Amino acid sequence: MTLTTTFAMRANRRLLLKGGAALTLGGLTLGRLGDLAAAQDESKLEIFSWLTSPGEAPALQALFDAFNAKYPDVEVINAAVAGGGGGAAQAVLQTRLQGNNPPDSWQTHIGRELIDQYVVPGYCLPISDIYEQEGFLEVMPQGLVEQASWESEQYSVPIGVHRGNGLFYNKSVLQDAGIAPPEKLAIDDFFAAADALKAKGVTGLALGSKDAFVPAQTFENVLLGVVGPETYRKLFAGEQPWDDPGVREAGDVLAHMLDYVNPDHSALTWDEAFALVIEGKAGMNTMGDWAWGEVIAKKAEDAIGWLNFPGTDGSFVLVVDSFPLPKGAPHPENSANWLRVIGSKEAQEAFNLLKGSIPARTDTDKSIFGPYHQWSMESFAKDELVPSCAHGQASSPQFKQALYDAATSFLVDRDVDALVVALSDAAAIDAENAS
Amino acid sequence: MATVSGQLPRPQMRQRRRWGHYVVVALLLGAMLFYLAPVYVMVMNGLKDKSYMTLADMWKLPRYLNGGGFPAAWQALSPNLGNSLRMAIPSTVLGCLFGAANGYLLSKWKFKGSDVLFTLMLFGMFIPYQAILVALISTLQWMGIYGTWYGLTLVHIIYGLPIATLIFRNYFVGVPSELVEAARIDGAGLIGIFFQIMLPLALPAFVVVGIFQFTNIWNDFLFGVTVVFDPSNQPITVALYNLSGTNSVDWTVVMAGAVLAALPTALVYILLGRFFIRGLLAGSLKG
Amino acid sequence: MATASSAAARDTAATAARSRRFSLERVLAPLLLAPSAIALGVFVYGFIAFTVWVSLSNWRTNRRDLSLSDPLLRTYGTLFNTTRFQIDLRNTLVFTVIFLLLSAGVGLALAVLLDRKIFASGFFRSVFLFPYALSFITTGVAWRWIFNPETGVNLLFEQLGINHLLAQFGMEPLKPGWITDPTVAWQLNGVLAAVYPPAADWSLKLGIPMAMIPVTIAAAWQLSGFAMAMFLAGLGTVPGEVREAAALDGASGWQLYRDVIVPLLKPITISVLVILGHVSLKIFDLIFAMSGKGPGFATDVPGIFVFDKMFGAQQYNLGAAASIVMLVLVSIVIVPYLARQLKDL
Repeated sequence: MTLTTTFAMRANRRLLLKGGAALTLGGLTLGRLGDLAAAQDESKLEIFSWLTSPGEAPALQALFDAFNAKYPDVEVINAAVAGGGGGAAQAVLQTRLQGNNPPDSWQTHIGRELIDQYVVPGYCLPISDIYEQEGFLEVMPQGLVEQASWESEQYSVPIGVHRGNGLFYNKSVLQDAGIAPPEKLAIDDFFAAADALKAKGVTGLALGSKDAFVPAQTFENVLLGVVGPETYRKLFAGEQPWDDPGVREAGDVLAHMLDYVNPDHSALTWDEAFALVIEGKAGMNTMGDWAWGEVIAKKAEDAIGWLNFPGTDGSFVLVVDSFPLPKGAPHPENSANWLRVIGSKEAQEAFNLLKGSIPARTDTDKSIFGPYHQWSMESFAKDELVPSCAHGQASSPQFKQALYDAATSFLVDRDVDALVVALSDAAAIDAENAS
Repeated sequence: MATVSGQLPRPQMRQRRRWGHYVVVALLLGAMLFYLAPVYVMVMNGLKDKSYMTLADMWKLPRYLNGGGFPAAWQALSPNLGNSLRMAIPSTVLGCLFGAANGYLLSKWKFKGSDVLFTLMLFGMFIPYQAILVALISTLQWMGIYGTWYGLTLVHIIYGLPIATLIFRNYFVGVPSELVEAARIDGAGLIGIFFQIMLPLALPAFVVVGIFQFTNIWNDFLFGVTVVFDPSNQPITVALYNLSGTNSVDWTVVMAGAVLAALPTALVYILLGRFFIRGLLAGSLKG
Repeated sequence: MATASSAAARDTAATAARSRRFSLERVLAPLLLAPSAIALGVFVYGFIAFTVWVSLSNWRTNRRDLSLSDPLLRTYGTLFNTTRFQIDLRNTLVFTVIFLLLSAGVGLALAVLLDRKIFASGFFRSVFLFPYALSFITTGVAWRWIFNPETGVNLLFEQLGINHLLAQFGMEPLKPGWITDPTVAWQLNGVLAAVYPPAADWSLKLGIPMAMIPVTIAAAWQLSGFAMAMFLAGLGTVPGEVREAAALDGASGWQLYRDVIVPLLKPITISVLVILGHVSLKIFDLIFAMSGKGPGFATDVPGIFVFDKMFGAQQYNLGAAASIVMLVLVSIVIVPYLARQLKDL
């Protein structure tokens, strides 16, 4: 009952005072003054991200620790909400930005997600000066920095790099089917292996299409494998029409692959599908390398092998997390310092070791990472860096959603024409929005 | 109408009733199995260790009893428990009171346009919350209560009004109007009748609305996460949701967390459940 | 009734005193309702007005653009031409009908079973109500496992020997696809095409998406306990005299409920249907966690569509238009029904 009374008193006073006053003109002025007072306060730093799970939160904490080591007096507020693309985190962040209430920085993928959602609408400030002062340009690959830039200014600091075009397999399941663990896999080799697995009664390709990004990610990997990085990039950049024969061929290949997937794929999340490979019930799974976290959690490092997705050797599909500098940040000085700290070698090493990604800087100590990540770091340094559409980097959010919808339908109807039409339509809308 | 009262049932009838009784208990036990099956899945998988949990064994008991995901879930959820209580209790109590008053006025003090007003109020429950988030945040900012727990409480009270009003109104409609008439003749006014007669009668409706409001507010995620952005003030559902990450999910902890987060609500049900006493009203009408 | 006639007698004696107070109280009732009405006016109708404006605007990227679109209804045209939205409308209809029947029916049955002196009735009541306490986000996951054809109930069929038994009779094993079943049963496109030929070519299949059935079961599991609670409260308003009178007239238990008590529950039944109806129209968390959009959008609903378009694609006008269409449908279907029912009460 005391709670109720306190509530009634406090809420009523606030409501009556604020709400009542706001009805008069004076209230609005009071509100503004309050905002100004908050802006001068540099005692806090509010960081919005979707690093929440027990596997991800420690990595974020490592960044906070690195920040507090340099700025011990600043209190870091961890405003994390689970679920990145299309999840609740997006809704919260968009709503806050629309309401002119930005955090001091937020997690975003580089590429079109950063540019279309935050830079072009005017939610971010350029940070080229920070890049220059901290020497980021010398230690980050140019292909990466380009995706964090717009009109030759940089807008966000990449912290960790995931690889989207992985193919993970169960070594002993493949061996039992008479397949020697391959070095690399062409598309035809993939189907030969899938046939051998099918003959043994094992699912060839585990798929967990309950997660909306999975059908899209699988399609983009097939597309990259069929048309190569050059055409892939042009397609998403709107420089090549989607009724390209290569796209149709990719549709046919994906349709063929669906002959080898688990029948319950629409009821499984990506990690549940990946577990089928770890448990030996399926031979292979295509996933970004965050899947390696599952391998570690289930202590299966010796059982699982990895490759590039068939046909994508020489390409590295980027899924890169970064943090921008907001316009109107409540604590602008801390915000800039945060970006300096997370771009540092020490912070990137600490973060990525825990997150299971690789540093965006190429000058970090490779020896502290395990064999999978060392392989990934080598590939990152020498391979063609292409953006992922399924994770928002290659296209506008409108196009990404259209790809999600089209790929979800495709898993059931396998209708290549419908897929091409849907993607062409989405590209047309994109072109119209851009003009 | 009945002429003889207090007559004892004949023996065969009692016999038949006893058989009926067993049938009813059997039906209830069968239904119980169905209702508890998913709860069983949640508790059992919550008790498992992540490295041993597989979907193929979802019906099986855990191999070891080491608490599974429960300790981790408790650690993650407990800091937000107080926030949820602080928000859910006042909004439930106030929501019930407003709903009861509205329902009473709309059923027993009809005025010109009161039915239209009621229908308009009801319509509010169909508003899709996702679509109005931006407008809601702007309004709360303008009122100066965005980001506060009492701002969130106000939102819950307002959006709970249509349902609370509906349940109370349709409950009071079933209460004979003669009671109001009689009280008015005895000199009671509009407000007096509400507090002296209607509120005590409405105990079952209070239980229903209380259960509904408390559960909805307790389990609300969308408003909790958008209206309050400081994690130290966010309700328990936000912490529960955050157990499943973006790129990795430990289902054992999620299942354990769901069971833990439901316990306060379950406690409310058990405490309030005994107020569903049939004849409570019937008894008071006899006088 | 005795009380009524005596009240009427006293009534005449006090008419004068009453009418004076009456006029004051006539003003008091609307006055006391005003705070609720104003709050809902802003938070419901104000926000709906804003959403209507957004749905008519050009706000289709993350840049807020509230200028009106040309033609004005352009976004609605796009919306109705979107196959996914057509599927969503079909799914909502199917979901709502099955879910209402299941949860109101089961809720009433449970309330009637518990409306008597019975062993551990409080325990049963809590068990049936408990699912409502659980967060939809997580029960969805449990139900997804249960209705996964490779693990859940099908595993139980196997382990309980049901399939073994069926094989003895030369029958196929029982292994439904549950939430992974993409088929749409009882398709009406062919029938409709006889009257309206283009219907044969629609990409929307008019019928019952089979994957939706397990989802309605899960939703009914979660909400039937609440329906039961409401019916129990409603049974509380049935005066004891009515029961006694009917029992003495020789009515059996079943007849008592069918002829006397259930008809008296009409007001509370309306409440139950409206509340369950609003849950079904807004359902989001449960389906999101349980089956997602389902195979080929078989379990997709407008709630998920609005969320995807608004916050995934940031096509605010499209998301707003979808929610306004839902509101309009509600007002066409529910409001006239409500108005008619309420007039009788």
